[in-house]
Amino acid sequence: MEDALFYDRMQFAFTITFHYLFPQLTMGLSLIIVYFKGKYLKNKIEKYNEAAKFWMKIFAINFAMGVVTGIPMEFQFGTNWAKFSELTGGIIGQTLAMEGMFSFFLESSFLGLFLFGEKLLGQKLHFLTGFLVFLGSWASGYLIIATHSWMQYPVGYEILENGKFVLNNFSALFSNPWLLPSYLHNQAASLVTSSFVVGGIGAFYLLSKKHLEFGKLFLKTGVVFGLIASLLVAFPTGDMTAKNVVKYQPVTFAAMEGLFDTEQGAEIVLIGQPNIKEKRLDNKIAVPNILSFLTYSNWNAEVKGLNEFDENLYPTNIPGLYYSYHIMVGLGTIFIGVLLIAIIYLYFKKLYNVKWILWVIMFLVPFPYIANITGWYTAELGRQPWLVYNLMRVSEGASPTVSAGNTLFTLLGFIGLYLLLGLLFLILVGKIIYKGPQTQKV
Amino acid sequence: MEIFWYIVLMFMLGVYVILDGYDFGVGIIHLFFAKKEEDKSSITKSIGPFWDANEVWLIAAGGVLFFAFPTLYASSFSGFYLPLIMILWLLIFRAIGLELRGQVNNSMWHKIWDKAFGISSLLLALFFGLALGNVVRGVNLGVVENGISKYEAIYFFVPLWNSEFSPFSERLGIIDWFTILVGIVAVVALTIHGANWVIFKTNSSINNKLKDVVLKLTIVLCLLVVVSVVVWSSVNSNPLQNFIDYPLLLIFPTIGLFGLINLLRIKKFKKDGLGFLNSSLFLFGAFASTASALFPVLLPSTNSVNPSLTIYNAAADSYGLSVGIWWWLIAIILVGIYLIIQYRIFKGKMDHVPYGHH
Repeated sequence: MEDALFYDRMQFAFTITFHYLFPQLTMGLSLIIVYFKGKYLKNKIEKYNEAAKFWMKIFAINFAMGVVTGIPMEFQFGTNWAKFSELTGGIIGQTLAMEGMFSFFLESSFLGLFLFGEKLLGQKLHFLTGFLVFLGSWASGYLIIATHSWMQYPVGYEILENGKFVLNNFSALFSNPWLLPSYLHNQAASLVTSSFVVGGIGAFYLLSKKHLEFGKLFLKTGVVFGLIASLLVAFPTGDMTAKNVVKYQPVTFAAMEGLFDTEQGAEIVLIGQPNIKEKRLDNKIAVPNILSFLTYSNWNAEVKGLNEFDENLYPTNIPGLYYSYHIMVGLGTIFIGVLLIAIIYLYFKKLYNVKWILWVIMFLVPFPYIANITGWYTAELGRQPWLVYNLMRVSEGASPTVSAGNTLFTLLGFIGLYLLLGLLFLILVGKIIYKGPQTQKV
Repeated sequence: MEIFWYIVLMFMLGVYVILDGYDFGVGIIHLFFAKKEEDKSSITKSIGPFWDANEVWLIAAGGVLFFAFPTLYASSFSGFYLPLIMILWLLIFRAIGLELRGQVNNSMWHKIWDKAFGISSLLLALFFGLALGNVVRGVNLGVVENGISKYEAIYFFVPLWNSEFSPFSERLGIIDWFTILVGIVAVVALTIHGANWVIFKTNSSINNKLKDVVLKLTIVLCLLVVVSVVVWSSVNSNPLQNFIDYPLLLIFPTIGLFGLINLLRIKKFKKDGLGFLNSSLFLFGAFASTASALFPVLLPSTNSVNPSLTIYNAAADSYGLSVGIWWWLIAIILVGIYLIIQYRIFKGKMDHVPYGHH
């Protein structure tokens, strides 16, 4: 049983991590494409339509990858987490079923029209189909995060004698205080990824002196969208999300920050390695009082450390949680810094000629993916050892009859299949990027 | 309330069978009958803009199952673990076969993805048939050995096969001679259905040949249907009792048989869409008949210790089910609108739809 649980967790972690590489681009990129298409409708400059068409080609492959790796996620609730599904299905099944009914049908019905229907539909309707695909993908994110929020901060439920969770307040699922900050934080973060992809490819074209017209457009769009989104990720959405953690999961917050002892005027840790046995951070670099201020808007406020809590309630993997959180925050800060410099160059009309910043933006493309994934690890590792916070442990949720051998078999299968998918994705998207936007009409 | 959600679930699964069913059939036709490049292209184009939305019916039905009958969802998804994960893998291959084919203009590349699309469609039809066979046959709920449940009453696990390949074995497998029979019925029925779709939506050069195929396979299917009904009454006791108790249900087998027998006249149809209409009627009738025969059981228990899962003991709590009705009704109206828009825009023959060309 112990073994089976381990492989169940590995399989979920692996498949969700791989899956989320794609939707984060889908959600942000659909917005940027709608922006290009809208620009074209307004000013009729062909460049914008070509830009939209170019990104739609990448969008199509990315979307397909997101769909095919997404279906296993919904199935796995039942296949690997049957006990969890049995007990909570009446609640999280609501939001997951709504995702299928409201967003998947919307996306899938209009995606084909959006990708292939430009001539059939005319420009205005074509824009509309793009908008509907965007709407579907953002609705999907909303309903997934509503599900996630219930697991982090369960509301609107009661527990029956047989252990089943039943819903007693539908609207509570959507007024959950965890939901809105997390959703906006996540959507802004997905826009950061997409902005860096668009801007990074713009930088690539400028550096390789190809498709200069589009290189400039992509870079400028990426930098502007990216800066707005990066700022929104930090404030107010990141700040609100963190305050939720402080309020509802204080032990998680202490572990994230690597705070072992309760402090007044708590310092913020920039670098350091948690040493769980000795209950301290090694090689610490920290700035005093900042954490208290960020948390309670008071330089001397008391922030609770891990020592205040029962070890039984500690997150299962404190170092993993601590690093995930610090990588996310560190990268987010770097993005804001780089994009601020870029926007200053853009303002003085020098951006396209400053080589070093083009190189930096190009090489930063993978990092928002890492920041998004580590952000999700922070949320998920932070919830551990709970599946439903404070109510149901991860160890209580797995399928009772599925053996470790069977799960390892399917995990290996997923690894092999996803490696193939990843390879195909890189080859095909690489080909489209290399070919560039203008060769389109052939 | 349970009955409402049962009908919703069966409706959504039934729509899935008819819609994605033609995609699988088209894949099988593409694999075995399409030789010329233009035909292959017309055939894939005919499902190009639809297949993704068709597949969503499965995902949405899975969601409704999860929310309305969480006990059945937990029990069956973990119990049928291996075949379900394999269905996922096949769905992935089918999808990338269709979507990645057009990305590179190279004949080897095309061959690989054509085969991926065709073979995964064939296997999907077979696997879904096997799955239906397993649900009809029932499973050893609670994993009872010598009169004692090894697990909680709703849990079970079925390996892919055991050495006996028999639906009467103590230790059941996914594959036995009964489920294989249902699997073959599914493959034949969906091949007919897919051929009808190709005839309906394309001008491919093999359309006349496909009418022969439909005719021959319909004769085979008639025989298979008779055999399966006979065999079924040995696997389940009194499978047709519901039809005696509620004669109104006989409308479903009647619709199914009407569609099936009409298909024998395929060559005389004036309109290309009639074949497709009739195979849809058959699939609908057959699926609804199977469901009505089992009703109110969702998953039969093969032992006498633990009860079968029914719509009553597997359903979620009534408050959740009643709020669900509102959002579901709103959503299904929207889905209907999308479907109308989609099928109006892509009405008629689709040989020249700009799908998969770059």
